[in-house]
Amino acid sequence: MSIDSLSVLPPRLAEILETFGLSDPQGKMELLLEFAESLLPIPEELADLAGQPELVPECMTPVTVYMHQHEGRLRFYFGVPPEAPTIRGYAAILQQGLWDVTPNEVLQIPEDLYSAMGLLHILTPQRVNGLIAILAHIKRLATQALTLPPASHPTNL
Amino acid sequence: MSENRYAYPEYLVETTWVAEHLEDPSIRLVESNEDPLLYETGHIPGAVKVDWFTTLQHPLRRDFIDQFEFETLCSRLGISNDTTVVFYGDKHNWFACYAFWLFAYYGHEHLKIMNGGRAKWVAEGRPLTRDIPTYPPTQYRAKPPDTSIRAFRDEVLRHMEQRLPLIDVRSPQEYSGELLHMPGYPQEGAQRGGHIPGAVNIPWAQAVTPENSTFKSPDELRTLFESHGITPDKEIIAYCRIGERSSLTWFVLKYLLGYPRVKNYDGSWTEWGNLVNVPIEK
Repeated sequence: MSIDSLSVLPPRLAEILETFGLSDPQGKMELLLEFAESLLPIPEELADLAGQPELVPECMTPVTVYMHQHEGRLRFYFGVPPEAPTIRGYAAILQQGLWDVTPNEVLQIPEDLYSAMGLLHILTPQRVNGLIAILAHIKRLATQALTLPPASHPTNL
Repeated sequence: MSENRYAYPEYLVETTWVAEHLEDPSIRLVESNEDPLLYETGHIPGAVKVDWFTTLQHPLRRDFIDQFEFETLCSRLGISNDTTVVFYGDKHNWFACYAFWLFAYYGHEHLKIMNGGRAKWVAEGRPLTRDIPTYPPTQYRAKPPDTSIRAFRDEVLRHMEQRLPLIDVRSPQEYSGELLHMPGYPQEGAQRGGHIPGAVNIPWAQAVTPENSTFKSPDELRTLFESHGITPDKEIIAYCRIGERSSLTWFVLKYLLGYPRVKNYDGSWTEWGNLVNVPIEK
């Protein structure tokens, strides 16, 4: 993904990615940690709707994704355990970068978001795959938002 | 001799012991996690970090850092040849054992694992800090690689042909070939699914008590491995996907049960499942 294609992204997400792109590896990790600490808690009314997070065996971090829909705009909330700060950081980037966007804006996000962030040099391939899975999941939710009546969709990933 | 005793208990320490040795200059605590940011959110006071991907792996080849890079690493972490290095980490000490294995590979003598790892330390309400310590550099001299604990593919093939014991420590779904990757990690892994012919499946986490991440008792561990025909009289090779999970099994067999000849095959399924013309069983 080139810097040019950042123009298809929602402005806040493009801004975050640009900041990552300009940082050295150490700076990227520091940024990711800052994001991890800024992940918003799941609002109670959404959490009440959620089932038990799906616990995947082995080392997969259980991630729960909640979508809130209001007047055609989406917000995403994530349940990620505190002992998985890398995933929390990534979730917070998506949360802030996709705050009040439309479903179509979500669907336009390129799959190789991570290469623009320069994360491939600091994260292992399997972790990047985990991040790709979260993005793919959000896109499925956005597709649902286009077809289903407005509601909150808590889902387990 | 009591049977319900670890073979080499000096390689394992409890959190209490670590808490009592935080100021001991002969000891270096090393945190090694699966999550590369977890150390930065808080770690045991005085502990340094190694990241298994960015610190321990060779930046270019699929291999570990070499002997001289290992010396540079130890010097940077303030580890000298007579330092006692105590490893701990997340995920039941999975990556702590991986780092331990690499230190053993380069001949470091005084090594320990903190039983229960990071999760137990945190659950006990013990202190964490964000202060990153620095230590004076050392003149570290690594030994040449100890290939008695590391298996390469040709050797694994011969081992298999001689029907010697192999342990596949991945999940049952990976072992059966139903999955080409760890559950939840799509597109990760190998061209082919299954396991090395003759390998028995003993998922790595069965050696650990899930509630507190500590290793199971000697009797439980012995029963676990012997019930699968894994006994100390033969050379054993353990593998998983990239050699990280199997380093925990390697630690258990070698130090907790005292099996004399155990190797970790770090090429593991991401090598074997991609090799042309090697046997696979499903």
